[in-house]
Amino acid sequence: MDALLVAAGASVGAPVRYVSGHYLDGRLPLGTLLVNVAGAFLLGLFTSLALDGHQMALLGTGFCGALTTYSALAVKSVELGRRTGTAYAVGTVLLALAAAQLGFVLAS
Amino acid sequence: MKAAPPPLFVLAAAVGGALGALARWGVDTTWPAGDGFPWGTLTINITGSFLLALLPAFPAVRRHGVLPVLLGTGLLGGWTTLSTYANQGRALFADGRPELAFVYLAATLLACVLAVRLAHTWSTIAAQLEFETEEGNE
Repeated sequence: MDALLVAAGASVGAPVRYVSGHYLDGRLPLGTLLVNVAGAFLLGLFTSLALDGHQMALLGTGFCGALTTYSALAVKSVELGRRTGTAYAVGTVLLALAAAQLGFVLAS
Repeated sequence: MKAAPPPLFVLAAAVGGALGALARWGVDTTWPAGDGFPWGTLTINITGSFLLALLPAFPAVRRHGVLPVLLGTGLLGGWTTLSTYANQGRALFADGRPELAFVYLAATLLACVLAVRLAHTWSTIAAQLEFETEEGNE
């Protein structure tokens, strides 16, 4: 049951990330940044709301997990070169942490 | 405005993403983070970053229009996660373990970047750019 919910959530989250990157990733990958920060925010919110196991499988592990990506962050950071890449990677991590905290506090 | 992505590519991202997320869920349930160091998520993100950077090394992947999106953006994007990573960091801070939070956040980033650099040694910059243009890294 939970496996189906994870797959269902991810089958929405991953294409949203793809479309966001398709339209918004330019010289700077802003589409990837956007979904990563949004996913961290939503997961903070869902964690704070203490969803049950099924809801978390669908919305947390499935949707938020697939909406965000670490592999593309790492590859894009390397491809951007040392200076811009470091700023992009550290900026993404700091914004995602702040967003996770904001989501968690908003729902508690 | 850019042309909309072909429906087949959106479907490929969905199918790949669902499979990647299922595999990640399998690791999460058999290797839960507990209240210590999130080894499972760390391993997932490092292996996913390495494999994503390795994909341009395969001409067969670059030659088939939909494969970069299916395998890269879909499968490996669904396998790795930044939302869980950020919230694990937040939870470690909230538990009064800021050193562990910092080590986890920094170690993941460094290890994933190193994994990408290593994997990139198997392909040319031209191949990596082609894969990027094919939207395998979204």
